[in-house]
Amino acid sequence: MSYRILIVDDSKLARMAVGKILGTVHPGWTRVEAANADEAVARVREATVDLAVVDFNMPGRNGLELVAELRALKPGMPLAVISANHQTEIVTRVGEAGATFLAKPLTEAALRCFLDTAIMHLEAARS
Amino acid sequence: MNEILDEFELDALTELVNIGVNRAAASLREMVGEQVHLSVPRVALVSREKAIATLGEGNPDTLVGVHQVFEGDIVGRALLIFPDTKSLELVRAVAGSELSLEEIIELEHEALAEIGNVILNGCLATMANMLQRSLKMSLPEILRGEASKFFDLAPPPEAGKVVMLLYIDFALRSREIRGYIAMLMDMPSLAAMKVMLRGFIDRTAGGVVPSNAAP
Repeated sequence: MSYRILIVDDSKLARMAVGKILGTVHPGWTRVEAANADEAVARVREATVDLAVVDFNMPGRNGLELVAELRALKPGMPLAVISANHQTEIVTRVGEAGATFLAKPLTEAALRCFLDTAIMHLEAARS
Repeated sequence: MNEILDEFELDALTELVNIGVNRAAASLREMVGEQVHLSVPRVALVSREKAIATLGEGNPDTLVGVHQVFEGDIVGRALLIFPDTKSLELVRAVAGSELSLEEIIELEHEALAEIGNVILNGCLATMANMLQRSLKMSLPEILRGEASKFFDLAPPPEAGKVVMLLYIDFALRSREIRGYIAMLMDMPSLAAMKVMLRGFIDRTAGGVVPSNAAP
């Protein structure tokens, strides 16, 4: 099953880093990119997005604010917030928002773990 | 002046700094017991005069800074800077609220050096690891004075017209403590940094370097 994943980060390099690992783990998936929260919301409104990986520290609205907006738009969508900022308050708030915290720099094992769980949720929602 | 590093290289450098500072902030959070709020990092190659003006903006009072020299393939100076009036409050945040003012004053120098050490070493070590280089860090030193004093230190880095000024605001909101982290590098180090950034980009993005850094 192929899915459409949204990658949101103000750094192009950071988006490419996620894309590189994704290309190894699920080469057939479609990648959609956004550089900020406004673009991310527009991408989700204009086409189907199955899941999203969102940077925390972005100009404008941060990753947690974006997660809340994406939740409102698509309640069941698997979401991850990626950040090097692993302070307890942030990791806790990510969990409370129903998203997965992924540490930067991102590892293949961490992304694979999030994606495996996300696939289970998406398949359960289909059946 | 930003032609030294192209747009994508600046993007990579900003991301590198972002990861370094965010990780270091998590260590500071453990020391102070409350969330350390960080701004989005800004990286700019500017003249020394511009750097002094930027640092002086909104900081009419005396500043206090912890600074460390780093040496290796790149040479420079990293600084953690905040208003002098807040330094005792920062020490209190780390050392504990139960201490008397006399005890806090006695601890100030040592505590500021340790805070600087955790933040600056943490940040630089993360950056060095990601660049796959080793950096030797000097012991932290404390400096007090106006903004110009921070950019007029004895080398390294060698005096040059252009410095890389990167800064991130940090804040401990309940204590109204704000400050920022700056890094200074001279031109030869920026040229070396350019080569290292290309390697970092190749490893991180799989060798696919876009011709246009716009999303």
